[in-house]
Amino acid sequence: MQILVCAGTGCQASLSEELLSQLNSEIEANELENDVQAIRTGCFGFCEQGPIIKIMPDNTFYTQVKPQDATEVIQEHIIKGRRVERLLFTDPETKEKIADSRKMGFYKKQMRIALRNCGFIDPDNIDDAIAKDAYEALGKVVTEMSPEEAIETLKKSGLRGRGGGGFSTGLKWEYAFKNRADQKYVVCNADEGDPGAFMDRSILEGDPHTVLEAMAICGYCIGADKGLIYIRAEYPLAIERLKTAIVQAREYGLLGKSIFGTDFSFDIELKYGAGAFVCGEETALIHSMEGERGEPTVKPPFPAESGFMGRPTNVNNVETFASIPPIYLKGADWFAKIGTNRSTGTKVFALAGKVNNVGLVEVPMGITLRDVIFEIGGGIKNGKKFKAIQTGGPSGGCLTEEHLDTPIEFDTLLAVGSMMGSGGMIVLDEDDCMVEVSKYFLDFTVEESCGKCSPCRIGNKRLHELLEHICKGNAEESDLDRLRNMSTVIKESSLCGLGQTSPNPVLSTLDNFMNEYLAHVIDKKCPAGACKELMNYVISETNCVGCTACARVCPVNAISGERKEPHFIDISVCIKCGACMDKCKFDAISIQ
Amino acid sequence: MSKVKTVADLKKMKSKLQAKVELREKGDSPEGRVVIKVGMATSGIASGAKEVMAFLIEELDKRNIDAVVMQTGDMGYCFAEPTIEVKRPGEEPVVFGYVDKAKADEIIEKYIKFGELVEGILPDNYQTID
Repeated sequence: MQILVCAGTGCQASLSEELLSQLNSEIEANELENDVQAIRTGCFGFCEQGPIIKIMPDNTFYTQVKPQDATEVIQEHIIKGRRVERLLFTDPETKEKIADSRKMGFYKKQMRIALRNCGFIDPDNIDDAIAKDAYEALGKVVTEMSPEEAIETLKKSGLRGRGGGGFSTGLKWEYAFKNRADQKYVVCNADEGDPGAFMDRSILEGDPHTVLEAMAICGYCIGADKGLIYIRAEYPLAIERLKTAIVQAREYGLLGKSIFGTDFSFDIELKYGAGAFVCGEETALIHSMEGERGEPTVKPPFPAESGFMGRPTNVNNVETFASIPPIYLKGADWFAKIGTNRSTGTKVFALAGKVNNVGLVEVPMGITLRDVIFEIGGGIKNGKKFKAIQTGGPSGGCLTEEHLDTPIEFDTLLAVGSMMGSGGMIVLDEDDCMVEVSKYFLDFTVEESCGKCSPCRIGNKRLHELLEHICKGNAEESDLDRLRNMSTVIKESSLCGLGQTSPNPVLSTLDNFMNEYLAHVIDKKCPAGACKELMNYVISETNCVGCTACARVCPVNAISGERKEPHFIDISVCIKCGACMDKCKFDAISIQ
Repeated sequence: MSKVKTVADLKKMKSKLQAKVELREKGDSPEGRVVIKVGMATSGIASGAKEVMAFLIEELDKRNIDAVVMQTGDMGYCFAEPTIEVKRPGEEPVVFGYVDKAKADEIIEKYIKFGELVEGILPDNYQTID
């Protein structure tokens, strides 16, 4: 028998290590070493009920187990084979005790639809994908449904674009369907550009066939026989796997002429992007594919009217496509029941930053930010305090503690000043300076602005300069009004989504962290201690024992003092590298 | 492989392939073989998944263990890459994180050979749709 003891950060904080050693000494005391083994395991994603232990092979799941419970677990469960009732989890709804962890699906906050095959199949082998239902939805749609019916199904499912905009996918397809033309195109937007986001890359690398299949379904629905995947050349592995998948699908006749014996034909080609953020905007993306500069143009005309080569074109992002085949296999109602009324289904997030379990998570819409950060994410790293979560990448905003119980939906996130975006989620802790964070995102937009319209090209640059002044302590309180005014003008007058959203990180931090901005401009201090220009390292005379360790490690010889006497930092020489503070064993050096 | 001409063709192919996947897991021996999946997306490879996969293939062969090692996509546990999933015959698969060569060796010697679990297990924390 084996006892798995959760060693996730949450459970460790609630004494799972002590529990483990108690279990081990009980095992020894009862001479069970040869039959029973207690080991640490990773986070179960159910931290609120920790510490958690699971007993194998009977799958018993005990919650809130304290070190003093070890004796009872060993005596009752292990030796006598009787479950310890009081440690079982009580279902909050039915009030029933649940023993078998396999019946505890509800605690699993993640649900994988778009990622359903990632990590299960061999992405280079179409046979693996077919064994997992690939192309079955395509077969069903082209042989049993008319394009109108198939579009209706998609509308009914409530699926909204996962690339950021959140527009109804079914409606988008319908516009492209209704526009008549000799040639139409299906485009997959794989130009994932948000810093820290890698949902689309993971789908393409783990399950490329689902994207090909959904593109073919879209082709059938809107009347296109050609698909194009716009992918950045920075994703070499995803490109290789897509190429392999396309060749295999053609060999099997799942792409090409008369698919499933019908007169529907569809083929897919890859188009490479050089990695420009603005090319995620659909008009810019289309221009880039046409060989023009990757610059957006005014909509209308929408791509559904005049897109690639002036023909009706439907553009969807990778994750949107990956969510489509299960909708046709399991039905629109099934999908619409997951999530919330206005945001159905699931969303994949790339969870990053100061959180323990960074990685890919796919959750039903409507789950709270708190669940994502503190349950699935396992809480904040190194026991620090949560400060903010940045969602939506450079177009989104920073949300605070008071927003933690906001359900994750397209509209609720917009209402609190952020957005769903493509799914980047960066967790920030007490050591992060919010002014610097918004400057970081603006760094990115300034770099990525295509330069076509002046509000974005010049405005963001000016905005960035202002933030730089604030971080260096060279700004006045009136500059904060300028910051806000300029942000509003850029938002209202920019040509495309990039400029219309680029001031969001600034605006949301102004709204939620005004105190931090004020501290920078009035007191010339950075409360988080992150803005170098605004802080000084100081040696405390009372704590310093004069060991000289700091003076020896200082790269610019800014520290002086006699042995066994308090030392002193010359701030005119200090480069604020922090080496002295790391070296000091007496907590004598602090930032002020 | 012949072309898929009808939906019936695809379904026939699917059940054949499912049987093939099953056979891959069973191998020639009656009790079946060990199936190991290595997470080979960019994040896995960047943390050394290729080396771990090569090590597993070579060492399992050297140690005469009937096993099949295959690549797969991102399992989502980026904080614990490289990740591998090990399925012993007739048992539920177990995912291990932070697998370097030393860990892989420990997994072979303890878990694969004797079913003794080792540290680094990542409990699955999501629902699937089928």
